Amino acid sequence: MKILTCPLNGPRNIAEFTYGGQVKPMPNPTEATDQEWAHYVFYGDNHIGVVREWWMHTPSGYWFIVERHNQTDEVMRTYDPAELFDPGSSPATEPVQADP
Amino acid sequence: MPFSLLKFGLYKDYPFEQIADLPGPTDLKQYYDVVIIGGGGHGIATAYYLAKYHGITNVAVLEKSYLGGGNTARNTAVIRSNYLTSAGVRFYTESVKLFERLSNEFDFNIMYSRRGQLTLAHTDTTVRAFRQRAEVNKHFGGRTELIDRQAVGELLPSLNLDPAGLPILAGLWHLDGATARHDAVAWGYAKGATQCGVELHQLTEVTGIDIEAGRVTGVQTNRGRVACGCVVQAVSGLSAEVSRMAGFPLPIVAYPLQAMVTQPVKPFLDPHVSSSALHCYVHQTSRGEIVIGGGSDPYPLYGTRSTLELKEGLIGSAVEMFPFMSEMRLMRQWAGITDMTSDYSPIMGLSPVENYYLDAGWGTWGFKATPICGVTMAELVASGGKVPDLISPFSLDRFDAFRQVNEMGATAASH
Ligand SMILES: Cc1cc2nc3c(=O)[nH]c(=O)nc-3n(C[C@H](O)[C@H](O)[C@H](O)COP(=O)(O)OP(=O)(O)OC[C@H]3O[C@@H](n4cnc5c(N)ncnc54)[C@H](O)[C@@H]3O)c2cc1C
Repeated sequence: MKILTCPLNGPRNIAEFTYGGQVKPMPNPTEATDQEWAHYVFYGDNHIGVVREWWMHTPSGYWFIVERHNQTDEVMRTYDPAELFDPGSSPATEPVQADP
Repeated sequence: MPFSLLKFGLYKDYPFEQIADLPGPTDLKQYYDVVIIGGGGHGIATAYYLAKYHGITNVAVLEKSYLGGGNTARNTAVIRSNYLTSAGVRFYTESVKLFERLSNEFDFNIMYSRRGQLTLAHTDTTVRAFRQRAEVNKHFGGRTELIDRQAVGELLPSLNLDPAGLPILAGLWHLDGATARHDAVAWGYAKGATQCGVELHQLTEVTGIDIEAGRVTGVQTNRGRVACGCVVQAVSGLSAEVSRMAGFPLPIVAYPLQAMVTQPVKPFLDPHVSSSALHCYVHQTSRGEIVIGGGSDPYPLYGTRSTLELKEGLIGSAVEMFPFMSEMRLMRQWAGITDMTSDYSPIMGLSPVENYYLDAGWGTWGFKATPICGVTMAELVASGGKVPDLISPFSLDRFDAFRQVNEMGATAASH
């Protein structure tokens, strides 16, 4: 059974999580050409190596970031999206204990 | 008779000349007109038709592992043409027709066996979608009809008509559904192709692709460089990795697909049965084993490990359909890396590199297309890049134009 560490809820069974796709920069929808938009929608970083992905802890609806090797399935790091999208805030390092 | 047997028993050598099906390993030549990357069914079928229909025999198939050891050896061998879109149905119907005569063509038994395929509908929405599929199929010469719950029960007396609290409302009965021995398909093509002079190089991995002024000039391998007139890429799960060597990305994500077989039992199940809601399909092989397939992992991975969660889910659904199967034991379980596109259709034809041709994005459904892929890819190569009508809807540039060929509903549960 594979365990994934949720930055909010701590280590949990992988079955509690939903994969949400790769983290990729979104072009401005009002300015992007159709081709740029198509590229954003359909293409991704699909080579073998460490990828950065969106995951959700399904029961709590909490979205976070996972850095994972897509061949060994080894998870390097999981963290709160604020670290990527709100560089001013302090990274969430301590997992918060969930109520039983 | 016993005397002649006795005579043979006393011979020192085997009394008949044994002709090997495949020639032994040779050195790589410096130049080939066509290099095919990937010795799976698709690659070797392309080589076969190049030699047979177009007289192009200076062809090398480069396979990093062994012939047909990729997804060709891992699939659950469902052959069918009951897709949804006109483009899809037209294409797969041709493939089924080719499959039907392959054993004769090869003079080698691929154990093609037509059993029909029954897909179960548990909701009104699915029944409506099935009605549309049946009509599209008939239009293109396939044999598919919608049958009601009672007819499903008569067709399959051992099926639980109310699996997992999801009563079966109707079924899509596809008479052309079939299966074949997947390894034999690769072997038959390889035998035919090499007899015409095509070279199959196993344990030969392409590690780099040389491009000059937008054209491919050769490939690097673990056994040295070979120059070539053009390249066909047919590497399934590793499609995006190999295209990167040629310098362009593909809209493909790799997911493992898992399947398994049980111990053999007496024949009880003739058709393929799949359920769109339970996301599971089963059929019985001619050896009596029950094949249970095809679950994609919930997230991407370039790996072929099996997981308990997925196996449990698939078995749970199979047992809901055929409750007595809970008594059976599993014999083998495995996974293959599938090259998934977002519309569940392949990517075939031209690429951003002028003389570099693509047969990719075959995901969880490409075994049934092996013969027609070979025919159309060979035609594409022989014509120097004129895309055959049958595959033009599957071009790579459809994504840029938002012209997807959506086969998800007709593929996700059945492969
Ligand atoms: C579990 C499972 C069940 C399936 N069930 C069905 C089904 O029921 N019906 C159906 O129609 N389809 C099914 N499929 C899909 C089907 O198996 C594939 O789409 C099809 O076999 C692809 O054939 P191929 O020849 O393109 O690929 P493969 O047989 O995978 O051949 C590609 C070859 O390329 C080689 N290769 C890769 N990289 C390199 C390199 N750099 N250099 C040299 N060689 C390289 C690999 O070693 C491999 O042998 C299933 C797949 C799986 C995994």
